[in-house]
Amino acid sequence: MTTSAVSPPEPRLAPAAPAWPDATGHFGIFGGRFVPEALIAALDELTAAYEAMKVDPAFVEEFARLQRDYTGRPSPVTEVPGFAEHCGGARVLLKREDLNHTGSHKINNVLGQALLTKRIGKSRVIAETGAGQHGVATATAAALMGLSCTVYMGEEDTRRQALNVARMRLLGAEVIPVTTGSRTLKDAINEAFRDWVTNVETTNYVFGTVAGPHPFPAMVRDFQRVIGDEAREQVLEREGRLPDAVLACVGGGSNAIGIFTAFVPDAGVRLIGLEAAGDGVETGRHAATITGGTPGVLHGARSYLLQDDNGQTIESHSISAGLDYPGVGPEHSHLHDIGRAEYRPVTDAEAMEAFALLCRTEGIIPAIESAHALAGVMRLGRELGPEALLLVNLSGRGDKDVETASRWFGLGDREEVDPGPGMDTDQQPTEGAVTNHEAVDGQDAGEQA
Amino acid sequence: MSALQQRIAAARDEDRAALIAYLPVGYPDVDASIAAMVAAVEGGADAGGVGGADIVEIGVPYSDPGMDGPVIQQAVDVAVRAGVGLRDVLRAVEAVAAAGAVPVVMSYWNPIERYGVDRFATDLAAAGGAGAITPDLIPDEAAAWLAASDAAGLDRVFLVAPSSTDARLRSTVQACRGFVYAASTMGVTGTRATVSDAAERLVARTREAIADTGVLLPVCVGLGVSNGDQAAEVAGFADGVIVGTAYVRPLLDGEGVEGVRRLSEDLARGVRQRAGAPA
Repeated sequence: MTTSAVSPPEPRLAPAAPAWPDATGHFGIFGGRFVPEALIAALDELTAAYEAMKVDPAFVEEFARLQRDYTGRPSPVTEVPGFAEHCGGARVLLKREDLNHTGSHKINNVLGQALLTKRIGKSRVIAETGAGQHGVATATAAALMGLSCTVYMGEEDTRRQALNVARMRLLGAEVIPVTTGSRTLKDAINEAFRDWVTNVETTNYVFGTVAGPHPFPAMVRDFQRVIGDEAREQVLEREGRLPDAVLACVGGGSNAIGIFTAFVPDAGVRLIGLEAAGDGVETGRHAATITGGTPGVLHGARSYLLQDDNGQTIESHSISAGLDYPGVGPEHSHLHDIGRAEYRPVTDAEAMEAFALLCRTEGIIPAIESAHALAGVMRLGRELGPEALLLVNLSGRGDKDVETASRWFGLGDREEVDPGPGMDTDQQPTEGAVTNHEAVDGQDAGEQA
Repeated sequence: MSALQQRIAAARDEDRAALIAYLPVGYPDVDASIAAMVAAVEGGADAGGVGGADIVEIGVPYSDPGMDGPVIQQAVDVAVRAGVGLRDVLRAVEAVAAAGAVPVVMSYWNPIERYGVDRFATDLAAAGGAGAITPDLIPDEAAAWLAASDAAGLDRVFLVAPSSTDARLRSTVQACRGFVYAASTMGVTGTRATVSDAAERLVARTREAIADTGVLLPVCVGLGVSNGDQAAEVAGFADGVIVGTAYVRPLLDGEGVEGVRRLSEDLARGVRQRAGAPA
């Protein structure tokens, strides 16, 4: 486990087909469909249309063309030796989903679902969004394909991510702030489902992650697996071997499933998901669903979730709006239960330390979501030592997070900026970090973060 | 015959539809919500008028009620924040049974799964509950609940919708016991100005599915009914009229238990004036 693979595996001719879900959308005991009967017809229609579409050469060609010419795929793999000095000397490769059009991996999925929307003859799409990345990606695809678009976003998130609200509106989407419940992503999903059941004749729900009722977890995975399919080939080509571990942050889990899927059959490759531990799992203020949750049913599927003794969803907390979700995809729940993937918590402070470090050492500002994966690789590198080759999914760029990061590091208040807490990996974030964390969380996100 | 089916048959013997009232446990608090349920059952009986609800759907508060509109969400949110759970629900079941109506629990699936499916079935039967309505549990995912409700002798009510295919109508009615819940409109709970045309068509299609499969089940209609006139209209083609949001609204508006009682009397008159009795 601490050294590299002994013999390089043969490159596969075609990507391996996933072993799950079953015909009714189950990943082991997880997944399925826990939705009102009124939505079953629409889910059946989507499933049938998707199954037909994915083997239709015209779709395959069109999807590949959009990925290449519009998104800018394949995204490169970048080695980051400066950053890796803080990772126990292990070698670290980043899969650069941050370089995609719209700035994250979310575009991979929405282009597929927008094409599917047109194929089933619907003219309107709806989406939920937390950080705004999926909302922006959906608004982008809707503009490109001439679909009308409504995005539901928790009221608290519309304040935290005002820039992305403006982006969606520029792209022609209607953004509806959700004022029910905790006013965050989970309530945005509830509202989107209510819209869908009411307007299902004309409307398709473009779901943003590998959660929700069947077929969403499988379909979103299939649209995102390009990340790992590319990365596996890229790493084999440049290194002649597979990485020892693949790391990605996990909220709902779409970027992680995207990069994991190609590697699932490679038993020697560790798959590690990094969950948002907020203030620390032991504080109860976190979003580490697999680490700190239990199996249950939320948003249409059985999965791990944060819930109390009455089965009520517990509000999650994370500095990262994109990971601030009390559920997780059913496939991650299954990969955890069968021991194929490991899930580890990363606190806000650890993530922000890694965030600063990548900025300073490599000139790359990551999304705070992706910074959780970077914190995970810093720890893993120290565990495995210099022989290790580690692949990290850099799922998005940090432009949207500049304000949050400025507040965290106290940058707005100072003439002269400290070298930064990230420069010394053994050091906890310094004075500005702790107090500004309070400011970020206590201000408008206190109910919610 | 099941308790629910028996009560609906008794209403039919009086040449009327059954009145089914939904109220969530815990709004404005547990005791007041139970008092509201009892008032819904009594209706105007004490004042010499007609009685109220035949059946009470006792709502289990849930943090993510995806099928409910703003009125029920608002009430349930208060109950969730107060920590109301299935133990409180079982108390309401006993109170409704004591008031003379048939209690049936209405719950999204996760609170039941968290409580434990077998334990829920055992405790519900012991409290005198007839069974449960599960709006986000389809029979395809219900193996544990089918077994537990069989073992405890409980009714289980699944929903059908205008978008259900004929094949799904058949498989769903075969899984139901007590009655079939026809969710008459595509949408969430809430009052509507008119009863949807889709309701009557859905009831007719559901009855065909019932005839095809040889199960004998009443069909009750929910979503959108708010007053006696609408209740009369639905009573013209359905075996039972389910009213939810309209029962919650007087509690939100501060009319309290007496508002619930007045509404129940109005609705009870409605289900006795069916607009054109079915064959």
